[in-house]
Amino acid sequence: MPYVPHTTADTRAMLEAIGVSSVEELFAEIPQTLRPKSFDLPPGMSEMATRARIEDLSSRNSTNLVSFLGAGFYDHYVPSAVDALTSRGEFYTAYTPYQPEASQGTLQAIFEYQTAVSRLLGMECSNASVYDGGTAIYEAVMMAVRHTRRVRVVVSETVSPIYRILLGTYTKNLKLDLVTVPHAGGATDFEAMRQALDDKTACVVVQNPNFFGCVEDASALFAAAKAVGAVSIASAYPVLASVLKTPGEMGADVAVAEGQSLGLPLSFGGPYLGIMTCTKALVRQMPGRIVGRTTDTKGREGYVLTLQAREQHIRRQKATSNICSNQALCALRCLVHLCLLGEEGLKRTARASMENARYAAHKLTRIKGVEMLGAAPFGNEFAVTLPRSAQDVCLAMIGRGFVPGFPLGRYYPGLENALLVCCTEKNSRRDIDILAAWLEDEI
Amino acid sequence: MSTVFKKSALGREGVWPDAPGHDLSELLPADLLRGPQANLPSLSELDVVRHFSLLSRKNFGVDSNFYPLGSCTMKYNPKFCEDVAALPGFSRLHPLLPQLPRGDEMTQGALEVMYESERWLCEITGMSEFTLHPMAGAHGELTGVLIMAAYHADKGNKKTKIICPDSAHGTNPASAAIAGYEVVSVASKDGIVDPDALAEVLDDEVAGMMMTCPNTLGLFEKNLPRIVEMLRKVDALLYYDGANLNAIMGKMRVGDAGFDVVHVNLHKTFATPHGGGGPGSGPVGVSARLVPYLPISRVVKDPSGRFHLRYDYPKSIGYVAPFYGNFGVVLKAYAYMLRLGREGLVKVSENAVLAANYLRKKLDDVLQVPYDRICMHEFVASAEKQSEKGVRALDIAKALLDKGYHAPTVYFPLIVKECLMFEPTETESLDTLDQFVADLREILALAESDPAAVQAAPVTLPVTRLDETAAARNMHITDDL
Repeated sequence: MPYVPHTTADTRAMLEAIGVSSVEELFAEIPQTLRPKSFDLPPGMSEMATRARIEDLSSRNSTNLVSFLGAGFYDHYVPSAVDALTSRGEFYTAYTPYQPEASQGTLQAIFEYQTAVSRLLGMECSNASVYDGGTAIYEAVMMAVRHTRRVRVVVSETVSPIYRILLGTYTKNLKLDLVTVPHAGGATDFEAMRQALDDKTACVVVQNPNFFGCVEDASALFAAAKAVGAVSIASAYPVLASVLKTPGEMGADVAVAEGQSLGLPLSFGGPYLGIMTCTKALVRQMPGRIVGRTTDTKGREGYVLTLQAREQHIRRQKATSNICSNQALCALRCLVHLCLLGEEGLKRTARASMENARYAAHKLTRIKGVEMLGAAPFGNEFAVTLPRSAQDVCLAMIGRGFVPGFPLGRYYPGLENALLVCCTEKNSRRDIDILAAWLEDEI
Repeated sequence: MSTVFKKSALGREGVWPDAPGHDLSELLPADLLRGPQANLPSLSELDVVRHFSLLSRKNFGVDSNFYPLGSCTMKYNPKFCEDVAALPGFSRLHPLLPQLPRGDEMTQGALEVMYESERWLCEITGMSEFTLHPMAGAHGELTGVLIMAAYHADKGNKKTKIICPDSAHGTNPASAAIAGYEVVSVASKDGIVDPDALAEVLDDEVAGMMMTCPNTLGLFEKNLPRIVEMLRKVDALLYYDGANLNAIMGKMRVGDAGFDVVHVNLHKTFATPHGGGGPGSGPVGVSARLVPYLPISRVVKDPSGRFHLRYDYPKSIGYVAPFYGNFGVVLKAYAYMLRLGREGLVKVSENAVLAANYLRKKLDDVLQVPYDRICMHEFVASAEKQSEKGVRALDIAKALLDKGYHAPTVYFPLIVKECLMFEPTETESLDTLDQFVADLREILALAESDPAAVQAAPVTLPVTRLDETAAARNMHITDDL
C-alpha cells in the first residue's frame, strides 16, 4: 500500500497494544445503517501508470498556441530559481506557522513578502495573502463596510467583470447596496463615480490599468471619497505597478491585486495570490494572517503571527473573516520572483510588455476596419473594435494557432465586436507581425 | 538573519529580460507614472538562492519532521503529485481559454481532470454533485452556507440562524457569520452533540447545522441519525466539515448518513502539501436537492464522452472563485486518488485510526485522556495534571519542538482544558510512533522533576520563545527602509 508503512507485524503489535483483535473492531461504533451504500472506485495504480495517465491528459490541452490573452492573468517569464527554491520540502511541506520557533523560515519569508508588496503598491501594511485578486476586492469591501458601518458600495464597470460577479455572489445575503457605474468607451467614468458618492457610501472600487487596459489616475476620486468618509479601494496589476502611479500615491486606503503575474503559472485558474495592502489606520480591519517582527527571550530578532485577535481561531463568529489557509506558498513564489527580478527587472518587464503592446496596437490599427476602442493611454493591454464579431474572428485565428485576445461581448453587451489584446515581454515582434497579417486576412 | 532588503545592493543584476533601460516618459505621460522608487531588493541570483536556502533550513516540514497535529492530517506529500502538477500541458493553460470559441476543445485534458475528480469525491462521500471551486476549507464552508441560503430563499423559508457545536473549529461560526447568519452554539455531552441540548435551540428559523464526524475530539457522533431527523422536521440542512474525512473513507459516507452539504480539504485528506499556510482546496459536495444552487461554471460530459463547461444554471449562487478553483491543487489530489484507488483509500482510514488508537494507549497513563475509549483518527489529551505543577500544554508543545517533532494541536477544541490533540496519520512508521511516545514520556517525566526545564523550551532552535505581546504592541509588520 503506497505511503502506508505498516507491515503485518506492525499492525498486529498495534492491535495488541490497543486491546482489540482486528482493525474492523476499531470501526464498530459505525452502525451498519451508516455504512457506505456503495464505494465503487477503480483499483489503485503504480506511480508509473498514474503518471502516464496524467501525462496523457496533459497532452489533450492546447498549450502551444501563440497567445495575446490577458484580461487579468498574464504570461510573464518566471526565472528557474523560483521553482527551485519554492520546491524545497522545508517550505512546501511546512504547516501554518502557529509554532513560530519551528517556522522562522516561513515567517521571515512572509514578513519580507508583506514588505515587498506594500512597497510595490505604495502602501503601509500588507497581510500574508488571501485566495486571489477577486476575493481580495470582496475582503476590501467588507473592511470598508465594517469600518464605516455603511452599506453603499460604488464599483466601476471597468473593474474586472469576473471579480464583480464574485463580489455579487459573496455579498448577496448581506443587504449591501452595490452600485455599478458604467464605463465610458472603455474608460472609467470618474465624473459619474464622484456623482455616485454620498454619506452612505462605504467605499469606491476602481482598477488600474482598468479591465480595458487603460491607465488612469483615481487621485481626484479618492480625495472626493475621503471627503465623504468613504474608503478608497484600488485594484492594481503588480508588474505595471513598478512603473505606474501607485494606489498609495493616489490616496487609496486599501490596495489589492492578483499576484499571479509575479511568479505564478497560469495553471488554469489557480492557485493564485490575493495581495491585500492597506494604510496603518485600517490594519486592524484587515483579514487574514499578518506576520510581525519581535524578539525572543535572548533578545534575538524573530517573527510571529500577530494581531491574531482578528482571526477565526480566536474570535470565531466575530472574526474579520473566516479565512484560515491562505496562499502562503504562492506568496513565497511572489517574493522570490520579486527578489530575482528586483525593481530593475520588474521595470524592464513592464516596459518590454508596454512596448510590445504599442507595436501591436500600431500594426493592428493599420488594418482597415480595426480601430482603438478609446483614445486613453494604455499599459500592456488595449481594446480594439473589429468590423465584425470578435468571437468569429477569434474562432478563425484559433484555427491558425493564434489566440488574438479576449472578445469583450460576453461581459459587456454592445461590445460584441471588441477584442482585448495583451502583450507581455514573451510576445515577439515576429509573432505580432504574423498576428496582424492573419487578422487582416480574416477581416 | 538579515532580510533580503538589508542584503540588497543597488546595481546588482538579477534575472532581467532583454528589454533596454527604461525611459517610460516615452510611453506614458508623467502624471500617470510612479514617483518614488519601490525600494525592492536588488540582489544577484546567488544572493537570492542563498537567502532562501538558509531560510528553509529554519523550518520544520513533514519531509523532515513528524507533525501529529490534530485536525490537520499532516500526512506525507507524494513527490510524483508535485511533478504532475507542474506538467506544462496544465501549468501553461490560461483560465479564459474555455470562454473562447472552441474553448472546451482546447482544454479537454483539464476538464477531464475536473470531471473525474468530482466523480471520485462524489463516490467517496456519497454526495450527488461536487464543485471544485472553493480555494480552501473555510472557503468551502462559506460556499456551503451560501448554497444553504439559496435553497431557503428559493423555498421562501425565513431562516436566520445556524447552529454550531461548542467543539466546532473556528472557521465554522466565522463562515456562518460572514454569510449573514446568527450563530447559535449547542452543547456537547460526553464529547458528542447532545440531542436534548439541540432540541432546546432548534426552531424553524434555523437554516442549518454545521457538524463533523468524527468530531473535533476524534469521537464518532453516534446520535447522528436522530440529529438528521430533528433537522429535517424544521427543514434545516446539515453541513459536514470534512476536516476529519481521513477517519472514515470506505467506512461511512456522509451523503448516505443524511448530510446535505459537505466540504473536503484536499490539503488534508488528499495529501496535497500545506505550503506553510496554503494554497489549499476545499471542494463542496451537495445532495440532490441542493444541486441547482451549486456555483458556476460546472463541467459536464456529453454522450460522446467530451467535456464542456456550462453556465446556464439560473438558480446557481454565482461565482465563488474567478475560475475553477485551485486547479493545480486539485490535480495533485486527483493523482493521489488514482494512485491509491479504492483499496488504498480504505487502507488510509484504517491505518489512520489504528495509529491514533495506538498512540492513545501508549500515552493514557501519563496524560489524562478524557474520552479514553476507541477513538477515530485523532484523540485529545489533557495536561491539566501537569499544569498543576506549572507545566502547561504550551510548555509540553515547545519541549517537543526541541526533540524535533512539531507539537500536536494545543488549546483546541476549547472544551478540554490544557488540550493536546494528536493525529499521527497513516503515513508514519511504528518506529516513529514509538520514538515519539518515548520522547514525550521523557518530557512528561521532566515536567515532574524539573518543570523549569520544560518551561524554558525550546532551546535548540534558531529562536527561543518569542514575545507575542510586544509584536502586537509594536506592530512591526514591514521592514524598515
